[in-house]
Amino acid sequence: MTAHDPHIGAMTAAIDMPLLSVGGLTKTYGSGRGCANVSFDLWPGEVLGIVGESGSGKSTLLGCLAGHIRPDAGRVVYDLDGHARDTVSMAEPDRRRLSRTEWTFVHQNPRDGLRMGVSAGGNVGERLMAVGARNYGAIRETATDWLERVEIAADRIDDRPRAFSGGMQQRLQIARNLVTGPRLVFMDEPTGGLDVSVQARLLDLLRGLVRDMGLSVIIVTHDLAVVRLLADRLMVMKDGRVIEEGLTDQVLDDPQAAYTQLLVSSVLQV
Amino acid sequence: MYVATKGGERAIDAAHDWLAEERRGDPAVPELTIAQIREQMRLAVNRVMAEGSLYDPDLAALAIKQARGDLIEAIFLVRAYRTTLPRFGSSHPVETCDMAITRRISATFKDVPGGQVLGPTFDYTHRLLDFKLMADGEAPTAARKPADPEPAPHILALLDRDGLMEPLAHDGATPRDLTREPLELPADRPLRLQALTRGDEGFLLSLAYSTQRGYGRTHAFVGELRIGTCAVEMEIPELGFAVEIGEIELTECETVNQFTGSKTEPPQFTRGYGLVMGQSERKAISMSLVERALRWEELGEENTGAPAQDTEFVLYHSDNIQATGFLEHIKLPHYVDFQSELELIRKLRRAVAPERLEAAE
Amino acid sequence: MTEHAYNFAYLDEATKQMIRRAILKGLAIPGYQVPFASREMPMPYGWGTGGVQVTAACLTPSDTLKVIDQGADDATNAVSIRKFFERTARVATTTATAEASVIQTRHRIPEERLSEGQILVYQVPIPEPLRFLEPRESETRRMHALEEYGLMHVKLYEDIARHGEIATSYAYPVKVEERYVMDPSPIPKFDNPKLSGMAAIQLFGAGREQRIYALPPYTEVVSLDFEDHPFEPMKADHDCDLCGAGESYLDELITDDAGGRMFVCSDTDFCAARRAGGHRGRLVPEGDAA
Repeated sequence: MTAHDPHIGAMTAAIDMPLLSVGGLTKTYGSGRGCANVSFDLWPGEVLGIVGESGSGKSTLLGCLAGHIRPDAGRVVYDLDGHARDTVSMAEPDRRRLSRTEWTFVHQNPRDGLRMGVSAGGNVGERLMAVGARNYGAIRETATDWLERVEIAADRIDDRPRAFSGGMQQRLQIARNLVTGPRLVFMDEPTGGLDVSVQARLLDLLRGLVRDMGLSVIIVTHDLAVVRLLADRLMVMKDGRVIEEGLTDQVLDDPQAAYTQLLVSSVLQV
Repeated sequence: MYVATKGGERAIDAAHDWLAEERRGDPAVPELTIAQIREQMRLAVNRVMAEGSLYDPDLAALAIKQARGDLIEAIFLVRAYRTTLPRFGSSHPVETCDMAITRRISATFKDVPGGQVLGPTFDYTHRLLDFKLMADGEAPTAARKPADPEPAPHILALLDRDGLMEPLAHDGATPRDLTREPLELPADRPLRLQALTRGDEGFLLSLAYSTQRGYGRTHAFVGELRIGTCAVEMEIPELGFAVEIGEIELTECETVNQFTGSKTEPPQFTRGYGLVMGQSERKAISMSLVERALRWEELGEENTGAPAQDTEFVLYHSDNIQATGFLEHIKLPHYVDFQSELELIRKLRRAVAPERLEAAE
Repeated sequence: MTEHAYNFAYLDEATKQMIRRAILKGLAIPGYQVPFASREMPMPYGWGTGGVQVTAACLTPSDTLKVIDQGADDATNAVSIRKFFERTARVATTTATAEASVIQTRHRIPEERLSEGQILVYQVPIPEPLRFLEPRESETRRMHALEEYGLMHVKLYEDIARHGEIATSYAYPVKVEERYVMDPSPIPKFDNPKLSGMAAIQLFGAGREQRIYALPPYTEVVSLDFEDHPFEPMKADHDCDLCGAGESYLDELITDDAGGRMFVCSDTDFCAARRAGGHRGRLVPEGDAA
């Protein structure tokens, strides 16, 4: 296993090289759904929001980017220590290693991203152990530290996530994902299914972590309030295609496409 | 003074003798003959042949006798015998459309070429104990009619001609052989069918029933159920052509399943298939329902998480010889592991504060 | 049916070849579970069919076979399997560990150090060490292929978090040559250290689950643990009451209904040999020859 310190990696990467460079990414299903010919670059430390209604292809796109879905065509080139690696054509073991070390995925439903039968400490520790941590005391210390960073009391370390509220479960999932210091985070509707007040607290926490850790993030959501708060840049999807993109404020304040205007106006009415 | 328990060998021998005596029962009652079991317990013989994967009514009858009527034990005897037999080759696929039919029914068409034949079935009997059989088992002679010369084509083939059935995929490849290779996943359809046809009747019945109650519902109609004998032909290399080496009784069930189409397939009828040695109607129907439920992935259907849709679950748990062996092995001594657990529990309890132990007691 | 109707050691030669190929593959990739087309044997699955098939594939007419269950030669299932090979292979059998060329075992490794040229065959009920963490075979095979063993340590972590120590006392998982995580079969963890660097060939057969795996001589086998919670073999804190051995694995026997108990070696041959050599335990009166 190649141990990789993400911070060193970030420093040595050439500054004129995007962290992720996506070209012509296409995945279609028989029914016509999917995503078609998506291209974009993601720069280190950048947060990209992908918005659209359900069925717009944004989840398919995220799945293809994260290596969960095999695309029909296109490339997803990742900057691994200054080496451009196409993760689509990469061998499965390499891709899985990448998703244990460099990447991470925050699911909408914490049940999909947590082991519900394993204690909070075990959940956070799993990624550490997966990359070779073998000191129980150190693992526990790191887990405790991370629980506190996501505002979960340290004395809940041996409780199972079942006993946690929805917001706590989601924060635990975030701790579990960030504990190994990844560089790129995929998020699929991370605030979906949470109460508004809980959402606000989570968003606040996420914003702080992204800033402190210098994370690059691709976040998929239908909630424009989420991207307004988190995303530097925005892509709007409809029927599997990117119909508009630009800086977040620019897209939200001065939408060009008719569909985007509709999206923005409907959120304002809420 | 402790004396180590010896005499495992003597205990085993004595147990075997006792078992033999119990099998025979009261010596004043005449002993069962193999022929009696073969002729009068024919459905039990059929089940033992089907799940034992060996078509030999005499050996199946012997196994039932030796197993004191415990059918899973009898199946086990047949399987253990079967595995020692050398394999000379494989037969041609049997042509079930040329079956000499003793029973043939369709739930989808009232009348079909070749006709419906009720045959020897319990279906419309009233389930009343027939006390006459206690005294005298002689049966009346059933009426006979000459064999019907009209061919009886498969009913699904008729639907097939109209293009309403899913086309049968046929890549001509030789299927993997479950008795010669380990079961590995993903299992394709031929492998699944092999596992199901020797699978436990009770397990398949329950799974099939669960699909009817909504756990992986497949909307099955019995398109055709046919029972009869088929010729088995085998290519003899020295001869250069196929010769008939015997005939076997088979039960075949084809279901027609409603299917409204998916993202990969147009609306059409799909099929579930069951083929079992001997007259094993319940098993053949169960098999065809479970088989159809397992096809969700290739048909692009939704996985509802139903047990009958879970190939790994179904195939890994359908074999009653594997199941009964592993279940019953927990009767074997586990002193060593239990001793380990004892030590561990004692150690863990020593680590717990004494007051907590007292509180628990 | 007489035993003469069957081939040497019961299985036909083609089947034995198939099993030998699986064994050789297993030896070439220590700790990797090789799928093999397990046959129905005349004893039930779960009663040693995997071990019996491996033994049958290894036996030659000049071999000497020993069969133990729970360390004992006279346990009923050991007797039954030994008889099976006496009948079908007519090989010599022994209870003396050093005299055996092939030893089939269930749940124990003999106390006496094995030597080169010997083969130890384990009966394995569940070959997959990850099975109770992940029930799907398709998924666990992928985890092995990709060396994704984080989950295995999560289980150990959870044990320590809850009990203060790793609460696995038998079938304790090991890592082989820094690659495959392996289930050593349900031997007590007391026996785990003997797995590593053993001079004899170790073969593991799981009949029902259709898997064979192997450890060639002198393979490095490490019991999984944490740096600050190292693996610890465990046995009853007694000496054998018959032969006085202090370092052998002990069975605990209940001698009366008043809490009386005694501890004796689970390895019957080891115990008998010590007593023959004049060693005496607590409950053997002085001057009483064994």
